[in-house]
Amino acid sequence: MNVPSKLMTMQQAMERHVQDGAMVLMCAQLEQNVPFAAGHELIRQRRKDLTLVAPISDMLFDQMIGAGCASRVMAAWVGNASAGAGYCFQRAVEEGKPRRVEVVDYSNMTLALALHAGAMGVPFLPTYATLGSDLLKKNGNLREFSSPVSEEKLIAVRALRPDAAIVHVQRADEYGNAHLWGSLGVAVDGARASRKVIVVAEEIVDAAVIASDPNRTLIPGFLVAGVVHEPWGAHPSPVQGYYGRDHETFSEYHDRSRRAEDFEAWLFERVLEAADRREYLRRIGDERTEKLTVKEHALSAPADFGD
Amino acid sequence: MSFPSTHRIEPAARSYTLAEMIVAAAAREVRDGELVFVGMRLPLLAFLVAQKTHAPGAIGIFENGVIRERPPATMLYTMGDPANVRGAALCGEMLDTMGLLQQGRVHVGLLGAGEADRFGNLNSLWGERHGQSRRLPGAGGACDIACLARRTVVMIPHERERLRVRVGHLTSPGYGEGEDWRRREGLPANSGPSAVVTTLGVLRFGLDGEARLSSIHPGVSVEDVLANTGWTLRVADELIETPAPNEDELAAIRELDPEGFWTR
Repeated sequence: MNVPSKLMTMQQAMERHVQDGAMVLMCAQLEQNVPFAAGHELIRQRRKDLTLVAPISDMLFDQMIGAGCASRVMAAWVGNASAGAGYCFQRAVEEGKPRRVEVVDYSNMTLALALHAGAMGVPFLPTYATLGSDLLKKNGNLREFSSPVSEEKLIAVRALRPDAAIVHVQRADEYGNAHLWGSLGVAVDGARASRKVIVVAEEIVDAAVIASDPNRTLIPGFLVAGVVHEPWGAHPSPVQGYYGRDHETFSEYHDRSRRAEDFEAWLFERVLEAADRREYLRRIGDERTEKLTVKEHALSAPADFGD
Repeated sequence: MSFPSTHRIEPAARSYTLAEMIVAAAAREVRDGELVFVGMRLPLLAFLVAQKTHAPGAIGIFENGVIRERPPATMLYTMGDPANVRGAALCGEMLDTMGLLQQGRVHVGLLGAGEADRFGNLNSLWGERHGQSRRLPGAGGACDIACLARRTVVMIPHERERLRVRVGHLTSPGYGEGEDWRRREGLPANSGPSAVVTTLGVLRFGLDGEARLSSIHPGVSVEDVLANTGWTLRVADELIETPAPNEDELAAIRELDPEGFWTR
C-alpha cells in the first residue's frame, strides 16, 4: 500500500483545511497541548466567522476572539485558567468589540457528549447533567425528553460534527497516525467527530514507532487531512514529556489584554509580526524555552505486543 | 486569587490569610477515602490540602480525565499541569471521569463560583461588579458536578454582590427554589450542595433547601456576615466558630503554594 505523506507547513494546513465560517474544535485536551501555533496562523491568515468549539479554552480563544476571527463560540469556559477572566472574550460579548460573538454555553460534560455523539454517528446522547439549569433553557442543542425505557426526564445533547479538529500531539508519523498522552480531555472523540483532522506534532517519527504501540495511537491516520511538524507549537501550554506550562506568559497576557489597545500591541508583537513559529520562539527567547524544557524524564515501561 | 477587602475584618494577630482560612475550611469538607471531583483554582488547593492532612485516602478526579490518589510533587496552577499527570492513577478522557460522576460514585465535588444564592444555586455566566454586568468565563464542569455529585462544596468570597437572594443566571443548580425542586427537575436523589464555604463562614442547608449560617470564622461577627449577604440569612441554632487553620493545614497550604499565588 502506497499512502502519500500528509506533511505540510502550518500555513498550508490552515489555508487548505480551515475556511472562513468553519466550525473548528481546538483546545480538546483542556490546559495541555493547546494548539497555539495553529490559532496564531489562523489569526495571521485573517480567518473570519469561525465557530470555535472546546470544553474549556486556556487563553487561545480569547486571542482569536480579540483578533476578530470568531463569530460564535460553543464552549463551557472561555478564559485564562490560571489568571481568570478572558478580557477579549468579555469585550466581544459585552460590547461587540472588535465584533459581536454569539456564545452557546455548554457544560463540560454536555460538550463532551455532543462530540461523543458525533463520533458515534448518532443524533444525540442522553444525560442528567444541566437539568434545572439555565444552560438548558438557553442552549438549543440541549433538549429535555422523557426516557423511553424508564420514567424519568433526560437531556438530549445534540451531536456536533465540527468541520475541522486541530489536535496537538506528542508524536505522529507522516501519514497522521498519532500518539498522544497526558491530559486527553475530548481529543479522541473530537477527532472522530470532526470531518477533517489536522494533527500538529512535536515530533515526526517513523511509522514503525507509532505501530509499535497501537493502544497509544488515539488518532488513526486515515482520519487525518494534514500533519504539521511544529515543535513548541503548544507553548505556553504544556506538552507532557516535552515542556512545562509557562505560567508567566499566561499572567503577562492577562495584564496585556486588559485594555483593547494593549491587546492590539500584544497581538502585533507576538502574532502578526512574527511570521511563523520559529520567529515566535525567537521572541520568546532561548532562556525561556530552556527553562521550560523537560529535563527529568519519566519513561513508562515498554508494553510487550509480542504474539 | 485575591479577595477585595470589602469586609474590613482583620482579626488581631491573625497568622493566616482569608484565602488560607477558606481553603482549610473547604478541605475539612472532604472525608478520608472519598472520591472527589475537583474544580480549578482554590478548590484544587483545598482538595490537595485534605489529601495531605486528614484525608490521605481521598481520590481526586478531574474533568480532563485524570484520576489521582497521591498529591503531585509540585504546586499546580491548573489540573493540566504535567505534575498532575505524572504519577496519576489513571489518565483517561473527560467522559471517563464525567461517567463516574453521573453514575453517582462521586461523594463530593469542590467548586468555585461567581455568585451563589440562598438555595445554593450558582452563577458562573454573568456577574455584577460595581453595578456593571460582566461576562464570566462560564460554568466549565461546575454545572455537571452540581447536578450529579452526592455533595457539592462551594468556595466563594463573601460579598453582597456575590451572595445574592437569587442568582442572575442559574448555571449550576443547588436546591433551586427549595423543598423538592431538585426531584421535580429530575436531578438524582441524594445530590446537591452541602456547604458554601466563604471568607467569613460556612453556610449549610436545611431540608427545605435554604442556606443557614452554620459557622463563622474567627474574628467575624454574625453582623459582619449578615451585612455582606444579599438576603436575610438565617442563622443556625447551634452556630459555631470555625476552627482557625491548624499547623498541619497551614504547612500543607504553604508547601503547595509556596509563593502564595493562590493564598496571599
